[in-house]
Amino acid sequence: MIRTTLSPSPDDLPVPKLEELERGSSLWKDAWRRLRQNRLALIALALFTVIAIVCVLGPFMTPYGYEEQRLAYGAQGPTWEHWMGTDALGRDQLTRIMHGGRISLSVGFMATAVSLVIGVLYGATSAYIGGRTDAVMMRFVDILYAMPFTIFVILLTVIFGRSLYLIFIAIGAVEWLTMARIVRGQVLTLKQQEFIEAAVSLGYSNGRIILRHLIPNVVGPIIVYATLTVPAVMLLEAVLSFLGLGVQPPMASWGVLINEGKDAMTVYPWLLFFPALFFSLTLFSLNFLGDGLRDALDPKSSKD
Amino acid sequence: MPLLEVNDLTTWFHMRDGIVRAVDGVSFTLDRGETLGIVGESGSGKSVSCYSLLDLIPKPPGRIERGTAVLGGEVDLLRAPREVLRRIRGKRIAMVFQDPMTSLNPYLRISTQMIEPLLIHEGLGNREALRRAIESLEEVGIHDAVRQIDLYPHQFSGGMRQRVMIAMALITHPEILIADEPTTALDVTVQAQILELIKARQRELGTAVIYVTHDLGVIAGVCDRVNVMYAGTIMESGTVDEIFYNSAHPYTQALQQSIPSLHDKGKSLYTIPGAPPDLTEERSGCPFAPRCAYEEAHCTGPNYRGLDAFRGRHKTACLRVLEGELNLKEENR
Amino acid sequence: MSDGAVRSPFLALEDVKTHFPVTQGFLFRRRTGAVKAVDGVSLAIQRGEVLGLVGESGCGKSTLSRTIMQLLRASGGSIRLEGRDLCAVSMKQIRRERINFQMIFQDPYASLNPRMTVYDTIKEAIRTRHPHVGGRAMIRRVSSLMDKVGLAPKLMRKYPHEFSGGQRQRIAIARALAPEPKLILADEPVSALDVSIQSQILNLLAKLTRELGLTMLFISHDLGVVKYISHRIAVMYLGRIVEIGSPREIMEKPLHPYTQALVSAIPFPDPRLERTRRRMVLEGDPPSPMDPPGGCPFHPRCPFAEAACAREVPALKEYLPDRPAACIRIPEIHPGIGSRE
Repeated sequence: MIRTTLSPSPDDLPVPKLEELERGSSLWKDAWRRLRQNRLALIALALFTVIAIVCVLGPFMTPYGYEEQRLAYGAQGPTWEHWMGTDALGRDQLTRIMHGGRISLSVGFMATAVSLVIGVLYGATSAYIGGRTDAVMMRFVDILYAMPFTIFVILLTVIFGRSLYLIFIAIGAVEWLTMARIVRGQVLTLKQQEFIEAAVSLGYSNGRIILRHLIPNVVGPIIVYATLTVPAVMLLEAVLSFLGLGVQPPMASWGVLINEGKDAMTVYPWLLFFPALFFSLTLFSLNFLGDGLRDALDPKSSKD
Repeated sequence: MPLLEVNDLTTWFHMRDGIVRAVDGVSFTLDRGETLGIVGESGSGKSVSCYSLLDLIPKPPGRIERGTAVLGGEVDLLRAPREVLRRIRGKRIAMVFQDPMTSLNPYLRISTQMIEPLLIHEGLGNREALRRAIESLEEVGIHDAVRQIDLYPHQFSGGMRQRVMIAMALITHPEILIADEPTTALDVTVQAQILELIKARQRELGTAVIYVTHDLGVIAGVCDRVNVMYAGTIMESGTVDEIFYNSAHPYTQALQQSIPSLHDKGKSLYTIPGAPPDLTEERSGCPFAPRCAYEEAHCTGPNYRGLDAFRGRHKTACLRVLEGELNLKEENR
Repeated sequence: MSDGAVRSPFLALEDVKTHFPVTQGFLFRRRTGAVKAVDGVSLAIQRGEVLGLVGESGCGKSTLSRTIMQLLRASGGSIRLEGRDLCAVSMKQIRRERINFQMIFQDPYASLNPRMTVYDTIKEAIRTRHPHVGGRAMIRRVSSLMDKVGLAPKLMRKYPHEFSGGQRQRIAIARALAPEPKLILADEPVSALDVSIQSQILNLLAKLTRELGLTMLFISHDLGVVKYISHRIAVMYLGRIVEIGSPREIMEKPLHPYTQALVSAIPFPDPRLERTRRRMVLEGDPPSPMDPPGGCPFHPRCPFAEAACAREVPALKEYLPDRPAACIRIPEIHPGIGSRE
């Protein structure tokens, strides 16, 4: 039998030491470098980080509780004591915004995470198996798409009562549909690539091909879409709160705060202004960050 | 007076990672009715230089930095106002692209697409234009043109579409036809048909043709004169016989020797070491020097003068050949 | 190994067919026809031989290579590798045997995982045969392979996008060699490369097959390239082999009219020859495998076709020793050849 003479390798060949090797720059590293050149995305990232830190750590530093009422104090504009004023019940607006931010942000991220997990698994499975399974799975997605979202949520609240987790699940259950479609499309194109064929012809297992060869190559678009999903989810939560289906008082999300502020807009404008400011800054920064990530992760799509 | 005189054409692309010097000081002339081949590897600037002539490069990032391209001694294509250029494109200069699958609009009937240049450039009526279109389809060997002309592009095979493209390009009887890799996407047997067709139509109409290709075989078969391009510049320019039998540039020679030609028998192929240069780096001296077997210190020095007359109209950019230090014919013995 | 095994070909294809069903509608699909991409191919490759397979786009050469690779399963026939019929083996078993036959793909920009370093790519492939090698021994093996394909081992921690097309094809070759295969299928391995890079890769493949005693099926649309590297050439047209012969015989004395046209259509990089030689220009395009013509697949374009050609598919027949061709008119086209039965 003819054996290829590749092994054992000739000993006279010097084995390069790890530290002598030229380090390559991975696509991730390149993407980060490109992102750093995108000033707008960087500002967005910094802004978002600041808002997130304020919301997470802020409540520990303020002397007020979010439910702490000072009825005698009443609604006041911004003062040194209350930087963003107080509402009609004398509650500190900044504290309430920070607490509301915690809720809004966690709804945003949790629901996105839910949609990510369901969407990626569902979409990747559908595309990888293909054929009739794929057709059936995607028709199911189409049917869910056709369901009116608000009625779906009202139904859920009627059955399970109002709770924060319900909001996560409700929103996640809607958002995963788009994610599944995106991931399916990506995997379908990827499946045709020769490096996947190469992996198959090397006899790698299906699990290995999905984990090592498919998923790392769809992570880019997934991250981008996730970044853009977070603000969309926060908006949805605000809509739910608007309809009175969101979090329950005295807890408040940004959506609830804006809703309350809207009612008192003519009398106490700061009650609308400050939560709306936080909310829009967050939406803006996430959207710009998402755009920046898209350009950075897929240099071909961007126009110089 | 040449039909087209290109001088110092320079097209750069301003990318995020730097300036890509795609075409860097290209000069050549084209006479009436002749066939000029522009040959080079990918990234040599052969296509970009032709696209620049018709203002077809994407701007930004592309920019024509300097140079002139005078058509018929009257219009500078690079500076002509849009209006003027529009009247030249498709009328006096026509183009055939590489991929016949994507260069026809899939939503329009062949007839609609074919009569368009006639309506625009010659002000013909629909009826007359249609008659001319059918005629020109017949001239490119499409049988039953009266019926075929009402079909959609996807109903044609690749070779047939390229025939349609040629018929369309030649329908206004242009003075210049630029064919950008017209047969690269086609099979060899179909390529032979298309090359014969272009040759025949050119003879009948007296059109000058610029062939852009990477295939020296195609060049040998159809061209009168050849420009060999490398890294955005012309390395050598001469008649086909000069280029193939009396090459005055090491790159041209290396290119010919590295073809698995149909004559050599099983011996190792000649290879050019290394890879083409990074076009974002500023060039000093000969761009081929790092890969050249005859490279010497002064090739990259200040004396390097680019393309210059070697013998009559035969030009080379090789400094050592120009200085008489290197005789490639001797070297090859 | 017994003498008998040595005599039998290393890879033997018998009447291999790969048909793709054409269906309509989703969920409730109806089979409305079949694309006969590969339609009855029989070929034998000896150990250590390089067989060139040449044909135009759509002739089924890539489908054939993927069928041999078991990336597609054949609809009929047998593919015997060292006497063992791969078509009869379960997919699970195939996965374990894949290390014996490897493929080099056409597009070096698509055939490497962009998220993996050269080291990871080659390491993963080495592990298919040597699952327990690691650490310095693995680095040694990877460097040895890189060295073999002409890449500097110090580049092993770089990513594919940091390499040129030619270098990437070298990485792909190293990956294909890593499992120490006996058979290499090269599907248009140089078509995406520039002329000067093409010759580097061809030289490398020629050197490797010689040094490692590999058996290779080399697929290309370019007869010039195939001729350079192969010991024998098979010409394919519309899912079938129409002629087999040595490179010299195919180039200088093609028997089948299609091969004649193919050889005659190649532009030679030689202006004087181009001016003088007479070209046999075929009419029309190759037909679609969806709707092949009856009888000899080449007869609608063949200048020698007669009524009998449209009636039945001609079989490969040895008109000269070791020169099978599939054309019933060969005795008339080449007087003196093939009159013997």
